[in-house]
Amino acid sequence: MLTKKVKKRVSFLSLLLISLVVAVFFILTSLTNNILYFKSPTDIQLSQDIIFNKKMRVGGMVKKDSIDINNQEIKFIITDLKNEIFVSYKGTVPNLFSEGKGVVAEGTLKDKSFFIADRILAKHDEKYMPPELKDLMKKDVK
Amino acid sequence: MFDLINPSRIFYWIEKLINFINSIFFILLIIALTFALVLSPPDYLQGDSVRIMYVHVPSAWIGLASFTVIALLSMLSFIFKIKNLNIITKSIAPIGLLFTCLAIITGSIWGKPTWGTWWAWDARITSMLVLSIFYVLFILAHKLIEKEDKAIKVSNIIAVIGLINIPVIRYSVDWWNTLHQPSSIKIDGTTSIHPSMLMPLMLMLLVLLLYCALILLMKYKTEIIRIKKKNIKRI
Repeated sequence: MLTKKVKKRVSFLSLLLISLVVAVFFILTSLTNNILYFKSPTDIQLSQDIIFNKKMRVGGMVKKDSIDINNQEIKFIITDLKNEIFVSYKGTVPNLFSEGKGVVAEGTLKDKSFFIADRILAKHDEKYMPPELKDLMKKDVK
Repeated sequence: MFDLINPSRIFYWIEKLINFINSIFFILLIIALTFALVLSPPDYLQGDSVRIMYVHVPSAWIGLASFTVIALLSMLSFIFKIKNLNIITKSIAPIGLLFTCLAIITGSIWGKPTWGTWWAWDARITSMLVLSIFYVLFILAHKLIEKEDKAIKVSNIIAVIGLINIPVIRYSVDWWNTLHQPSSIKIDGTTSIHPSMLMPLMLMLLVLLLYCALILLMKYKTEIIRIKKKNIKRI
């Protein structure tokens, strides 16, 4: 079965695959900054060449007890447990937006710890459970 | 080995299999849908929109799996020039495209109430879109290229190139920050889905797989009939 032609095709395919993997790897690593859907507060703290007043997204967890709603705007803190960033936002938030849950804010950075959002997206985690169970878990914690 | 899938003998078996799947499919579909839509509990956070997951997740899995199968068979076909494999890949492709689109559409419907947006250019969603484009290219290669040998060659290469995208989709949520949540069901078998929701999910997967098998067999049969009728495009 392994004639010369077959061997030739096998080597062609393996060459094609290897070169593709290498090419895709380099493309994806060089594009990492564009592929990242949002930056974490730590990314922003660490980065040197940050551009202010340019559209970007910041994501992380809404810090516990940080949401402050008055009739003009919503203020809250996005945290990744190392660094924090203040966010101010005018508008409606999605249903799943709540304390301790994931959030992605779209808007502009004023300085390294203050962000003005013009859109809020809620990030859902990978956990799925019925409501009764959640209540039980809360009781256990208390 | 390939005698088993020899098109001239397989007609009888295809017919039998189609009848068998037909006899159990609707019963299973009703059972699975009852579990998914009525009996399973709503989610503690998303409420009833979690039910979209019972279609979305199996669809995405099937979309990925079909393309992997197409790519592997294409490689074999390319190396050993077995034309029968191409009839199989040709029959799988529309199913894969259907389920990939279904995953994207149901994901979009789910995203609106949960995330607050229909669409986001994050790595998972974009790579899924790329997968559907590869499906379209694969199908178009067969439709547009008149010369059969050339069509097969081109579609095989498209499938092999598209194979690179599969691990990118799978690991996109681990490699990059995405809006899409990480996998709930890990490869090592651990899961963060409550059993009362996992059961309907698996049932729906089974039903959709049966549906795939049904369509695949019917499509395969049609392809063979087409070849026999034309009589020029011999196996």
